[in-house]
Amino acid sequence: MTAAYERVQAARQKGRPTSMYYIQHIFTDFLEMHGDRRYADDAAVVGGIAMLGGMPVTVVGIEKGVDTDEKVRRNFGSAHPEGYRKALRLMLQAEKFGRPVVCLIDTSGAFCGIGAEERGQGLAIAENLMAMMGLSVPIISLVIGEGGSGGALALGVADRVWMLENAVYSVISPEGAASIVWKDAGKAAEASEALRLTATDLYGFGMVERVFPEADGDFAALCDTLRTAFTQEFEALRTLPVQAMVEQRYQKFRKIGGDAL
Amino acid sequence: MPLISKDLFKKPNNALEGGVDAQPPAAEERTVTCSECKAVLPLDVFKAQAHVCPRCGALHAMSARERILWLVDADSFQEMDAALLPQDRLGFPAYAGKLRKVQQESGEPEGVVTGTGMLDGMPCALFSMNPEFIMGSMGAVVGEKITRLFEYAAAQRLPVIGYIVSGGARIQEGMFSLMQMAKTSGAVLRHSQAGQLYIAVLTHPTTGGVVASFAMEADIILAEPKALIGFAGPRVIEQTMRQKLPEGFQRAEFIMEKGFVDRIVPRDAQRRELSQLLRAHRKEGLA
Repeated sequence: MTAAYERVQAARQKGRPTSMYYIQHIFTDFLEMHGDRRYADDAAVVGGIAMLGGMPVTVVGIEKGVDTDEKVRRNFGSAHPEGYRKALRLMLQAEKFGRPVVCLIDTSGAFCGIGAEERGQGLAIAENLMAMMGLSVPIISLVIGEGGSGGALALGVADRVWMLENAVYSVISPEGAASIVWKDAGKAAEASEALRLTATDLYGFGMVERVFPEADGDFAALCDTLRTAFTQEFEALRTLPVQAMVEQRYQKFRKIGGDAL
Repeated sequence: MPLISKDLFKKPNNALEGGVDAQPPAAEERTVTCSECKAVLPLDVFKAQAHVCPRCGALHAMSARERILWLVDADSFQEMDAALLPQDRLGFPAYAGKLRKVQQESGEPEGVVTGTGMLDGMPCALFSMNPEFIMGSMGAVVGEKITRLFEYAAAQRLPVIGYIVSGGARIQEGMFSLMQMAKTSGAVLRHSQAGQLYIAVLTHPTTGGVVASFAMEADIILAEPKALIGFAGPRVIEQTMRQKLPEGFQRAEFIMEKGFVDRIVPRDAQRRELSQLLRAHRKEGLA
């Protein structure tokens, strides 16, 4: 057991609130919008229009599900390309109507399967990265549980990237890293430490702007904090000219890994 | 600059890489053996055919630098950012030693070569990834060099040609690696918004975070025959689905059938087709 692996286990903990909980407790009047208008409605991604106080926003979240039936229906929060395409459709709609975008991230990763490959999982993620980099409305992404690699980043190109205290965000699962690097998936605890995937690590790297303490498990209180934080941050971001906001978003990612070279 | 590194004679690390088996070193008549059909070929014939076996047509791996020098007009390549060296930002176990070893073996400081050159007299920016460098994985330096190239090409109004081969993100650089997907995507977007052409050539194998970023963001996506192209690797999918994958799954021909690449281009036609595409997108002289 390592401290980082305890975070990984907390992020995956049964009973930990999932995206729908935050949507219901932070926002009001959520109307879910289904489908990518290309192929299907992916239940692993929920999205729609909601009110943040008096401000209409578009919310997109990766949803793992709560009970067993729902988890199966939502593919345990592993999205197919149509899930990412639904997210993109709703974000482009938000851009058209000038609504800020909130993304909630909680996934062990984009789904790895035959259908996902046949329908262009790589392309779907790539298109989201590119479109979010240029989106003309403010975006805040919050990692609420697991931030699993490209499948998480597909909702994570944002003006502000925030994490909950026990959330993790990693290039690969600790088990995956252990099996590739040490040929032993049992070394997940060591891999968790080596990958530097905790909220504190990523805050230290400048990849995450805020880390929210989890109020000793009082998630309702956490949602009150988050509502205030989203409101204030969107109000601040909206004072920026669009070009300056998009430029700052690019520069924020632009300097990662390049600043020390 | 040698056209071929000594690593050409190294046995492939796995079946995906393809490759040629080493022969005893006899300086005058060096040969290579095709790993597919076992034909023994004189090295100069093999080189002249761009590492394609003349007997069975198998495409063997080329290093990043070999690709570029084979493609561009003689003496036209000018490398950029050659001095950028990888860093072990996370202090990841065994990474520093692994980097030193792969640098020595490949003779390259990192997994991508970038720069400018001419193709049939037309200027372009180029990047080419190195299959031998930790499976062409994308760490911070690979992302940074590709980003700088697209920014330069946008400013200089140059098309970009990218030869891609990659196993995806580089695990040992953790989130610094993942974030290169966002960073390169931003740079590709800006180059695109500047109205410039980007052609990607996907070679074997192109997978993971690279497929989920700049490999799939090109205006024109070409692929080499039989190249493995996919987000998840075949073994991961087999484990997830608990079933064997059908023959040809994720190969270039399959990916084109599914609608994700524009053309499959054999190696001997690539120079001609890339030149034709650059010419078709030239802006000078238009009213």
